[in-house]
Amino acid sequence: MRRFIVRRLIQMVLVMFAVSVLVFLIFNVIPNGDPAVRMAGRQPTETQIEAIRKEWGFDENIVVQYTTTMKKVFTGDLKSYFTQLPVDEEIKKGLPRTLSLAIGAAILWMVVAICFGLYSAVQAGRFADRFLTIIALIGISLPVFWIGALLNHYLGFKLGWFPNGGYVEFTKDPVDWFYHLILPWTTLAILFIGFYSRVLRSNVLDTINEDYVRTARAKGLSERRVMVRHVLRTSMIPIVTLWGLDFGAVVAGGAVLTETVFDLQGVGQYAAEAIGQLDVPPVLATTMFAAFFIVVVNAIVDILYAYLDPRIRPQ
Amino acid sequence: MTQHRSGPEQARPLANVETTQAEAGGASTDGSAPLVEVEHLKVFFPIKSGLFFDREVARVHAVNDVTLSIAEGETMGLVGESGCGKTTISRAIMRLVDSTEGAIRFRGQDVTHAGRRRMEPLRREMQMVFQDPFASLNPRKRVGQIIGLPLRLHGSERKEIEPQVRELLARVGLHKEHVNRFPHEFSGGQRQRIGVARALALEPRLIVLDEPVSALDVSVQAQIINLLDDLQDDFKLTYLFVAHDLSVVRHVSDRIAVMYLGKLMEVSPAEELYTKPIHPYTSALLSAIPIPDPEENRRRERMVVSGEPPNPINPPSGCVFHTRCPRATDVCRTVEPPLARYPNGHLAACHHPMNVSPEEVKATEKDRTSPLSAGDELPAASGANGSGLGDGH
Amino acid sequence: MATDPLADQAALQGREAWEQEAERERAHGVGPWRLALRRLRRNKVALAFGLLFVLLVACCVAAPLWADRVAHTGPNENHLSDTIRVGGETKNVVGLDGIPIGPTWRGEFFLGADSNGRDIMVRLLYGGRNSLLVGISAALITTILSIVLGLIAGYSHGASDAAVSSLLDILWSFPVVILGVALGVALALDGVDIGPFSVSEDSLLIPIFVIAIAYVPYMARPLRGQVLSLREREFVEAARAQGAGPLRIMFTEVLPSLTSTILVFSTLLIANAVLLEAALSFLGAGIRPPNPSWGTMIDDGVDRISTAPHLAIVPGAMLVLTVLSLNVLGDGVRDALDPRANVRLEH
Repeated sequence: MRRFIVRRLIQMVLVMFAVSVLVFLIFNVIPNGDPAVRMAGRQPTETQIEAIRKEWGFDENIVVQYTTTMKKVFTGDLKSYFTQLPVDEEIKKGLPRTLSLAIGAAILWMVVAICFGLYSAVQAGRFADRFLTIIALIGISLPVFWIGALLNHYLGFKLGWFPNGGYVEFTKDPVDWFYHLILPWTTLAILFIGFYSRVLRSNVLDTINEDYVRTARAKGLSERRVMVRHVLRTSMIPIVTLWGLDFGAVVAGGAVLTETVFDLQGVGQYAAEAIGQLDVPPVLATTMFAAFFIVVVNAIVDILYAYLDPRIRPQ
Repeated sequence: MTQHRSGPEQARPLANVETTQAEAGGASTDGSAPLVEVEHLKVFFPIKSGLFFDREVARVHAVNDVTLSIAEGETMGLVGESGCGKTTISRAIMRLVDSTEGAIRFRGQDVTHAGRRRMEPLRREMQMVFQDPFASLNPRKRVGQIIGLPLRLHGSERKEIEPQVRELLARVGLHKEHVNRFPHEFSGGQRQRIGVARALALEPRLIVLDEPVSALDVSVQAQIINLLDDLQDDFKLTYLFVAHDLSVVRHVSDRIAVMYLGKLMEVSPAEELYTKPIHPYTSALLSAIPIPDPEENRRRERMVVSGEPPNPINPPSGCVFHTRCPRATDVCRTVEPPLARYPNGHLAACHHPMNVSPEEVKATEKDRTSPLSAGDELPAASGANGSGLGDGH
Repeated sequence: MATDPLADQAALQGREAWEQEAERERAHGVGPWRLALRRLRRNKVALAFGLLFVLLVACCVAAPLWADRVAHTGPNENHLSDTIRVGGETKNVVGLDGIPIGPTWRGEFFLGADSNGRDIMVRLLYGGRNSLLVGISAALITTILSIVLGLIAGYSHGASDAAVSSLLDILWSFPVVILGVALGVALALDGVDIGPFSVSEDSLLIPIFVIAIAYVPYMARPLRGQVLSLREREFVEAARAQGAGPLRIMFTEVLPSLTSTILVFSTLLIANAVLLEAALSFLGAGIRPPNPSWGTMIDDGVDRISTAPHLAIVPGAMLVLTVLSLNVLGDGVRDALDPRANVRLEH
């Protein structure tokens, strides 16, 4: 087991290296044109371009460029030429907001998805199941940014049931913090509820027909006991891993759209605004960190999975 | 699969082979060279593990120095428990698996490491029937396409293939009109017939049958075996019939080889194996065959082995069967018995052979097919002829 | 009792036809596709939504027709200072307060105008063209790439598998939106110029390519897994024993067993690709203005949602309908290809 962990961690580091190379390629090598001009943003002056070129090493060979870029990203020496603000500061500011959004939404979608999925499976073929399936299908068809905007407008602005976007620090006012996050959490969760409830339903239906479940029933265990202890446990394993992966994906970037719509000023929105301005340094940094975050979460999920499921633990 | 060493063992003059054939009393009529032979064949599968890169940490000794030859027109039965290596030998001969040491020869040609190109013309001559009737046919293809594939691979025109396929279907006892059906529309026995038809398509010389009836109901088994028997005469086929059940091979085989943990225990002319099993393992296998008459079943004396087959990664020292053999003694634990030649081309590797007279024991010689690791210690006259068990039915 | 000879004959023909069909099937065999098609035909809901999708596509393809014949305007034409007659009154297309006119339910400005005075219906249809074109093309490219990569990685041992799997793992580490955004931004500035390929920054090929790459791991990995297990099946061994080479086996033995997965995945892939295109265009990293796309329209609409909600609602609803119909159809296809006895959305 220990060997597996070490191996997985080494793999993680290798992937992170590969990711950094890929990000570097995406931003500095593949596109056409002068990277210095690209970095400089809109309407740069000649001196600005020249300064950037020196700073990033664009007049040197590719390896130097790569190391310079990496150094800048990781030592916080990155500045947006558009806003003139240091990138790492902005990211640090936005991180707790993004995490609030992601964690809350993740818990919400998990709980609701389990309920829906389980109920749907138990009622398989009947009206409740079909109804929930349709709901789920609609859920995965809704664009997050659209439904978020509509919810915000109608429930927040028009009806006043919820605040009209914005974020309140948890440390300032926990209740208000919660209140402001309800709509964003719901918006983000809708998509995942749709997806996860169906996956869970399918897994439960697979396990429910297995022999060992039949044995449990024959032993005389109550239906609820059978469900929770045997069926749910096994069905959950792949769900948990998916959940871990999606959580990483949400924090790392999926929240971009929700944050923008609700004006939460998290890391995602920071990236979105930079995109809109074609401001490269923030996008570069956030992409790098997003991918790193996911790689780390993936590794953790893999290790947890191996720990939980003795079958796939390599000897 | 990582080491390909061809050693000096390869260069055996063909003359020896012919002598063995004549002695074995096989079905070979004109004493010609064997159709297929393996010589001191070893197939080891590496077990890899490691931090960065997979390194080989152990090996599965699937086939551990086996020498066999099959003459043209003969049926060789190859029997043993699961894990004994019989399936691996069949795959090795068909070149579906790489061998680690030793030689494989087809019609005298060395094909031990033959690649796909070299094997191409030979594929016409050797075909295989697989064990699982449900998995060995592509569920998405029609039966006609399945049977026709070998023909198409070897250059036949589509126009020629269709009538040939129908003919083959009829030959194996199916309806010609079913050529466009899918495998799932047939029963297990019928699907096995399709497998046989597929093997016959190129009119091969050798058909390797890997437990062709193990997955079928007993009543169907008999039908398929009879079919194979008939086809052998009509098509002049040579069979390598791999099975785990001694009763199945009895009626089709000319000679039978018994394997255990990668090594040959006994090789004998078919009928003699059942009336005069020399190796205790054979005796045990025969005892395991149920006899329909309960009275007789109760009456007979049975040789019972204890325990489970050991791990092929770490085979036991000395005689590989010693851990389960009721007749094992000290010498069995330390010295590997060579394959000794008994009258009538009967070979057995045991320090305490059964059903042989002391004279026969004294007259034994080490057979040339004996594993190289076995050495020369032949059974002592006194140790032979223990409890004469093993009269199978 | 009087019998109707025509009805009898029809009934007889019915039965005869049925018997002929049964006979043909007995001889010809009922393949897995035939069975699946039958099951699909019974699933009315899936069929209905499938039809809906086809209709939506047809409408979008007919965009120029609508623009010329009915609305008499193009998707990018501003009518800021124009007026039109609605219900007897003359109204400004875009009011003095900047609020554009709502749906008129007439030929011109059927669904109203946007803040630049452009006809929403026309833009909707043209935008649909763009969004669907990008979505379907991207899905197609992803499918082809995934099949090739999945086959190579799954069937060959060792180096090729390791290489492809590592590549897929690395791509997989990027959340789809982020990767799309990164590529979109990077390529949007000046286009791409690699070797013989030269693509301008305006080209639709960029979002197509970006979305296609982003989704490759999502399809290639499951395909690879399937190929890995298929490789061990006896019928593949049988083909090898008959002398078939690896390429032949990959395409004639393994690939047919993959087709149902491919079919289901590609349907869902189109849905996701269209959604991703909308998301990217919404952020500004996809289809670039002034070209219409459902994403850019929603972007415009969200900005003005308090004053003219129809600007956001209309393209969003279109998007939802399209994606929903694809999802329902995909669900139906999956059920048809791999039914479980007690689980079906059947009617």
